[in-house]
Amino acid sequence: MNSAVIELKDVWVHYDGMPILEGVDLVVEPHDFLGIIGPNGGGKSTLLKVILGLVNPSRGVIKVFGDTPKSARRDIGYLPQYSLFDMEFPMSVWEVVLTGRLGHTGLLKRYSEDDKKAAYDALEEVDMLEYKDRQIGKLSGGQRQRVFIARALAGEPKLLLLDEPTTSIDSIMQEEFYELLNKFKAKMAIVMVSHDISAVSVYVDKIACLNHRLFYHHSKELTSEDLEAAYQCPVDMIAHGVPHRVLKKH
Amino acid sequence: MLELLQYEFVRNAIAAGILASIACGIIGVYVVVKRIVFISGGIAHASFGGIGLGYYLGINPILGVLPFSIASALSMGWVSKRSRLPEDTAIGILWALGMSIGIILVSLTPGYAPDLMTYLFGNILTVPFSDIVLMLILDAVILVVVYSFYKEFLALCFDEEFATVRGVAAERLYLVLLCLIALTVVVLIRVVGVILVIALLTIPAAMSRQFTSNLKKMMLLSIIFGAVFSSGGIWLSYMFDVPSGATIVLVMSVVYLLYSLVKGIGSRGSA
Repeated sequence: MNSAVIELKDVWVHYDGMPILEGVDLVVEPHDFLGIIGPNGGGKSTLLKVILGLVNPSRGVIKVFGDTPKSARRDIGYLPQYSLFDMEFPMSVWEVVLTGRLGHTGLLKRYSEDDKKAAYDALEEVDMLEYKDRQIGKLSGGQRQRVFIARALAGEPKLLLLDEPTTSIDSIMQEEFYELLNKFKAKMAIVMVSHDISAVSVYVDKIACLNHRLFYHHSKELTSEDLEAAYQCPVDMIAHGVPHRVLKKH
Repeated sequence: MLELLQYEFVRNAIAAGILASIACGIIGVYVVVKRIVFISGGIAHASFGGIGLGYYLGINPILGVLPFSIASALSMGWVSKRSRLPEDTAIGILWALGMSIGIILVSLTPGYAPDLMTYLFGNILTVPFSDIVLMLILDAVILVVVYSFYKEFLALCFDEEFATVRGVAAERLYLVLLCLIALTVVVLIRVVGVILVIALLTIPAAMSRQFTSNLKKMMLLSIIFGAVFSSGGIWLSYMFDVPSGATIVLVMSVVYLLYSLVKGIGSRGSA
């Protein structure tokens, strides 16, 4: 009866009394590949954290697979924003990817054969199987991002949330990375936030713009009014990064 | 050195050294990789309040430390996660608060506080058998908990937010980890005292990290380093009649510094 993957109704988030999200409405359907662009500090990461149940809204309703975010987590794959994690951390690629299975294994149990198979398949899918015993810090930025994608895929998600997935990798690797994401579209809905408008606009199917308020028309088009309202300044700030295909051809 | 083993106090000292190495080898690895050295130092120092409590109540001070260090671990964990204060500020306050409580309680206790220095700086040569039994029990608790939650602890240390998203009760588990640090502090107090505990929690783990990037192997190596260094320290302190806790820490620090120096020269040479 309820087929939407994500349903947000009038969601408000405040931090220290300052509104981060203001009345956000959003519906994501199965197999959507939605890109959310917007300036830094516009609430993009917060929006993903609300969907994951990591941040509680001060107002509004959030449904993921018709359920609360916390109960739906099992079916969500998450790629956190690139952070300067400890390069020396004593963990192999294989161990990192297995942590994606934690929600399936349960406490006080070792990883099962199913868990290992899912981790193996996920590594194979992102073409990183040969690095499985490598220490996680001894990879290039692009390779590491693939491993983190594999970690998200290992949980066999029906929804993939990506937070600025390409900031840590160079532009050639970025292209490969988006091609990789394209493969997953058939199996799951994908929501990706990014401040890199040009990259997002080429690969995603639908696009929204977020700066505290969300501008979204269930399509790949945004009006120039939307962009101006979201970025709070006319085209000049965004002109260099916006391919014309984002804007409607009038 | 072998003829030393005929003395019971030496056998107890070596047993205490090994039991301490097991606790600090396992938990120290978490302290180092999760970068919670400061909060661990806070728990250790605040535990001095428990020693004061033990004196005040007229019981074995170690039994006063156990509840007190658990309480300080829980409050530090809670305050650092929930309070609006910056984490290091909150830890600094609780660190000093625990020590102050200890000093006040000791001064309120009638008479002179014997072997107070022992609890501050440790004296592995005077560990009674009853304390060895307590250390053994605490080691067993630490081993069982770490074995049970091994994969969750690993995920928690690497990426707390992702672990939460995967359904791990990260905050509760973090508090469990801090409680294990508190238990380790209790195990280590007899050996090096509250002031020097942090050395045993960091040096063996930091050294083992130079040799492996596998957490389990790191733990094993840390235990071995801890046991070797503490036995060496006990022997040196006996030979030169100097305080054992400080000697153990000195041995560890010097070996670690020398190793880093040699390694630094080596890598510069090859570059």
